[in-house]
Amino acid sequence: MTASLGAVGVGFRSGRRMPASIVVCLVLLAVVLLAVLFGPLLFPDATKQDILSSLMPAGSPGHPLGTDELGRDILALTVAGAASALVGPVCVAVGSMLLGILLGTLAGYERGPLDFAISRWTDLLLALPVLLAAIVVSGVFGGGYWTTVALLVLLFSPSDIRIVRAGVLEQSARPYIEAAQMLSLSRWRVMFRHILPNVSSLVITNAMLNVAFALVAFSSLSFLGVGVPPGTADWGRQLTDSRAIMFDNPAAVIVPALLIIVVACAVNLVGDWLGQRMTRSGGLA
Amino acid sequence: MLAVRVLGTAAILFILSIVVFSMLHLAPGDLVKTLLGTRPASPEAVAAIREQYHLDDPLPVQYLRWLGGVLSGDLGQSIRLQTSVADAIGSRLGLTLALCGLAFAMALVVGIPLGVQSAVRAGGVIDRTGTALGVIGLSAPTFAVGLLLLYVFAYYLPIFPVYGGGRGPLDTLYHLVLPAVTLAAGLGAIVLKLTRTAMLRELDADYVTSARARGIPESRTRRLALRNAAIPIVTGASLLLTFLVGGTVLAETTYALPGLGTLLQDSVLFKDLAVVQALTLLVALVIAVIALLADVAYLVLDPRVRAQGGAA
Repeated sequence: MTASLGAVGVGFRSGRRMPASIVVCLVLLAVVLLAVLFGPLLFPDATKQDILSSLMPAGSPGHPLGTDELGRDILALTVAGAASALVGPVCVAVGSMLLGILLGTLAGYERGPLDFAISRWTDLLLALPVLLAAIVVSGVFGGGYWTTVALLVLLFSPSDIRIVRAGVLEQSARPYIEAAQMLSLSRWRVMFRHILPNVSSLVITNAMLNVAFALVAFSSLSFLGVGVPPGTADWGRQLTDSRAIMFDNPAAVIVPALLIIVVACAVNLVGDWLGQRMTRSGGLA
Repeated sequence: MLAVRVLGTAAILFILSIVVFSMLHLAPGDLVKTLLGTRPASPEAVAAIREQYHLDDPLPVQYLRWLGGVLSGDLGQSIRLQTSVADAIGSRLGLTLALCGLAFAMALVVGIPLGVQSAVRAGGVIDRTGTALGVIGLSAPTFAVGLLLLYVFAYYLPIFPVYGGGRGPLDTLYHLVLPAVTLAAGLGAIVLKLTRTAMLRELDADYVTSARARGIPESRTRRLALRNAAIPIVTGASLLLTFLVGGTVLAETTYALPGLGTLLQDSVLFKDLAVVQALTLLVALVIAVIALLADVAYLVLDPRVRAQGGAA
């Protein structure tokens, strides 16, 4: 249980040993990743509807987790949903990280009117809760999976921009930057070769945590009926569709609900742990 | 300093209202078609609708008309419910407020004592349990928690009703217990984390060591520390509110409660723009006001900030 001790900040030993809880989380995430990679091979037609075998309870022959009211096999649907649950959030986190690095570095290093414009832009985006903005925009404008990804990149970017900007501001005042400037290195070289590596640990940690938040946001949107189109294999969508048959085949609700919770927790814990490792060993105090 | 904050907030709200208004009016989908439904679109009917909703005016004129209406208390007409937006919101506000209030109370009652205990015995059993629960509360989406609770406490052990808002105050309260617990899971996790972090820092401070050295009873020392820890907890209120907004929509949808969250969801899916617009800006307004109040509370709670003339 050194993991929780580490989180408390008491008696943390910077040993190389990975805490058991993190190992469990990584194994879980590896299993989900395998489902993303090999799910299509195992269950090529996961969203196939078969009215003849609709609403079979868990444990039925051929359908270990039963079927839903459209006759879709819950096990196949759940495995196929892993792709939607993981790919989108990772894209959102990486996209908003890149946007954050670009705009945050520019704002922090160039200062002046550019900084003002970027900072007010983040203020504006932060005035509305992400989920509310996402519900309204993707609900009213429609659009499918990748539109939602793009929208969430935009809505997630303010936190990245702020973190990078603060880091860059703090680094810019240091002597090594002054030295680099004296050598008349180009602005881009100073920004992205000299400053960026020193703020990267903060950014990567935030990106990891954003994966967890994006997973929650994504599945929430699908649950509300916006985000992914009907008929897609997606855990949030599956929960909406199966809510009505909860009492006929509870597995149709319990399995995806537990999976969302477990995967979100695992990503969060790994992100936290990575953050602690990186800020301890990284250059940033 | 406060005046600047108020002006800044007002400016953000103003710009936001323009953004929301123009965005919703650029959205695909034709209001006329939505209103006519399956009825044949005769030129007269179309013209009448365009006239009634002032669709032929330029966008800035439409915006100013709408803004003028909002400032005089007229939020427009809901095309889906065929009532005024103010009525639609007013009739559902009570339930949402009750739900949020209940969830908030639960989160504070559990989160603060647990946070204090976790900090006092950092690394102990309570702390580790609390941290684990906190991770689940922070990461788990509201609807997933809600559906699991629904299964366990409404179906497996039929203690609570499955869904709906109930009739009469007591029945409503009974119907709100599970949704409130669902919401409180996330809220409580945030409160717990804020409390624990703040208390850990305060218990490390010199005045605590000095109080302990003078033999002041531990319970009084802790009360002193908690009073100082209250500041970051209160300033974290906007964090709670942000969570609460999304969480309420999800919790109400999960339990089919007729509140503002389901109103928003239905209006979004139906493209009932007047309601969506009003609700979005209402939320932005509430968040802005709470953030301002948190700043004021910061002044009230911390004499050091007041002594500096509120420079911070």
